[in-house]
Amino acid sequence: MSLLEIKNLHVRVDNHDILKGINLTVNPGEVHSIMGPNGSGKSTLAQVLARRENYEVTAGEVLYDGKDLLALKPEEAAAEGLFMAFQYPVEIPGITNVYFLRSALNAIRKYRGLEEMDAMDFLPMFREKLKLLEMDEKLMNRSVNEGFSGGEKKRNEILQMAVLEPKLAILDETDSGLDIDALKVVAKGVNALRSPERSMIVVTHYQRLLNYIVPDFVHVLVNGRIVRSGRPELALELEEKGYVDIERQALAV
Amino acid sequence: MEAFTQLEKLAAWRDLPWWRKLREDAFARFMEVGFPTTHDEDWRFTNVSSIAQTPFQLATKGSGSVSKDELEPWRLPGAACQLVFVNGRFAPELSQVGKLPAGVTVSSLAEQFSANPGNIETYLGHYLDIRRDAFSALNTAFAEDGAYVRIRKGVVLENPIYLLLVSTGTSEPLMTHPRNLIVAEEESQASIVEDYISLNGGTAFCNTATELVAGDSAVVSHYMIEREHPQAFNISTLRIQQGRSANVVSHSVLLGGGLVRNNVHPVLAGEGAECLINGLFIGNGRQHLDNYMLVEHASPHCDSRQFYNGILDGHAHGVFHGRIVVHKDAQKTDAKQTNRNLLLSDDAQIDTKPQLEIYADDVKCTHGATIGQIEENALFYLRSRGIDEVSARKLLLLAFANECLDRMKRDSVRAHLEALINQHLFQVANAGEGARATRFSEEQGRNWEEIG
Repeated sequence: MSLLEIKNLHVRVDNHDILKGINLTVNPGEVHSIMGPNGSGKSTLAQVLARRENYEVTAGEVLYDGKDLLALKPEEAAAEGLFMAFQYPVEIPGITNVYFLRSALNAIRKYRGLEEMDAMDFLPMFREKLKLLEMDEKLMNRSVNEGFSGGEKKRNEILQMAVLEPKLAILDETDSGLDIDALKVVAKGVNALRSPERSMIVVTHYQRLLNYIVPDFVHVLVNGRIVRSGRPELALELEEKGYVDIERQALAV
Repeated sequence: MEAFTQLEKLAAWRDLPWWRKLREDAFARFMEVGFPTTHDEDWRFTNVSSIAQTPFQLATKGSGSVSKDELEPWRLPGAACQLVFVNGRFAPELSQVGKLPAGVTVSSLAEQFSANPGNIETYLGHYLDIRRDAFSALNTAFAEDGAYVRIRKGVVLENPIYLLLVSTGTSEPLMTHPRNLIVAEEESQASIVEDYISLNGGTAFCNTATELVAGDSAVVSHYMIEREHPQAFNISTLRIQQGRSANVVSHSVLLGGGLVRNNVHPVLAGEGAECLINGLFIGNGRQHLDNYMLVEHASPHCDSRQFYNGILDGHAHGVFHGRIVVHKDAQKTDAKQTNRNLLLSDDAQIDTKPQLEIYADDVKCTHGATIGQIEENALFYLRSRGIDEVSARKLLLLAFANECLDRMKRDSVRAHLEALINQHLFQVANAGEGARATRFSEEQGRNWEEIG
């Protein structure tokens, strides 16, 4: 059974049609990349899947692990194993990273009928994940993302993913604003989390990230529709020719 | 007037000439000016006509009985001593004075009046200004009892002194005028907690005043906790007098009460004195919570910091009035003031007003105020990680409240307040959008604005 099945999804924001019939199937363990120019609807798709409000679904359906994803609240989707790495991670003064992560993990465990994890069990596991992302433990006793550099924020997103161990991870422009060194660290973290039980959707504007996180499939989103799908080579083609050609073709259809 | 004449006959110590004169002057002053109105700049946002129009009776001796069991859940754990006042009067049977270190005196004010009036004559009424504020005049005119705390020179008291002021419901509206005197002599150190609670409903008006004298290099923490029920009126005035290099911290946590006015008035009289005025007010329903700060810099090289955070839900109305007065000679003053507010509903309201009066020329004064809502982005971020909406709201409110808690010393008082705030915010967060409408229609609360 596929993990995610998006059928004819139409989404409207502020009276504008942004997604105009998306179809996408993601099987367990697959990594799909969604590429597209600015304003194509990439981020909208990521946000809708993460269950952000203010997006009006006008048609279509999304099945996630056999459930109607669009009927779930964000916290329910998260507890069902869906995770989105934010393009712009939010700063939350007054809540420490470590407290936040343990609260999140325990909320998810509670939803699944598992016992809460105490600090004794949490910390060793947490330290392992910190090592993976090359993050300083001191950062974790600071408020969530507060005063973090762009790279630290993105690494923090992947750290959260490593701790919460989702079934489906959506990376929303995780490469934006990263220098090459930071990008490599993030990609290393992501690759370490690839497994036959974990699927990923990597949303990006640039091909660069895909040199480090090599997807199984690439889809090109233009003007609210997936206009082309293919193997990773498609990303290279796009890099070479740019989106202009493909946009022109899309309009001609 | 009748109440005052009646009171005149009560206690023998009222015949002390200095005290008698002070009370008569205060009463005359109150009769002259009456209750303030919203035309008075200092009371612009708070209408007290509901106090003026209620026929309050003075609490008589022995009014209201409280059992030890009833009080147990309210007490602060880990205090050096606990003084309980029921309807303004010291209740020795409910108090635990125990053995205090040498140099620490804690008793009721009435006891000092009869045993050692000389101890208090030097201080009592010297700082609270009956001309400035009608409620201070009223308190002085009617004060009968309260706490007396004295820390001798160089004595350090680790554990807090806890004052629990209880009002109990009676069939008639009741008023009390507790008067506290705290004297921390030079180089001494102490924490004092005033905690206001009410048992069994009923309309009550508590008009309390505290004079806190911090001698040279004394270090004093003062806590004011308000958690009375929604029919309670509470006007409190904390007048702080600071000597040279004295360091005083005032923490106010307002959770309860219907109409609350919290006056904090430090005078930095000695060179190099420092004060921190820290507060958190959380209003719900139709609560009206007014914080009036008046920080007077009277000497050079003094620092003052004011930080007040407000969380307002339902139809609650919050006020923050932060006035800083820098006198002519107070050069090198460093004064800062910040008021941050979260409004959780469309009907909640905050009035925030900074006021700077600077008569010196070499000073640093800053002020800032913010009014916002719970950040939707932050809420979504937490929820997207699996934390349910109510818990996420609560986490964000706690984070906001923590800014205030973080300015407190890590001790038993802070732990106690943390638990109280946590519990209180859970109720606020729990009343999500859906629950809100029903909650209001059921509510019996009064709207103080409408009464006026």
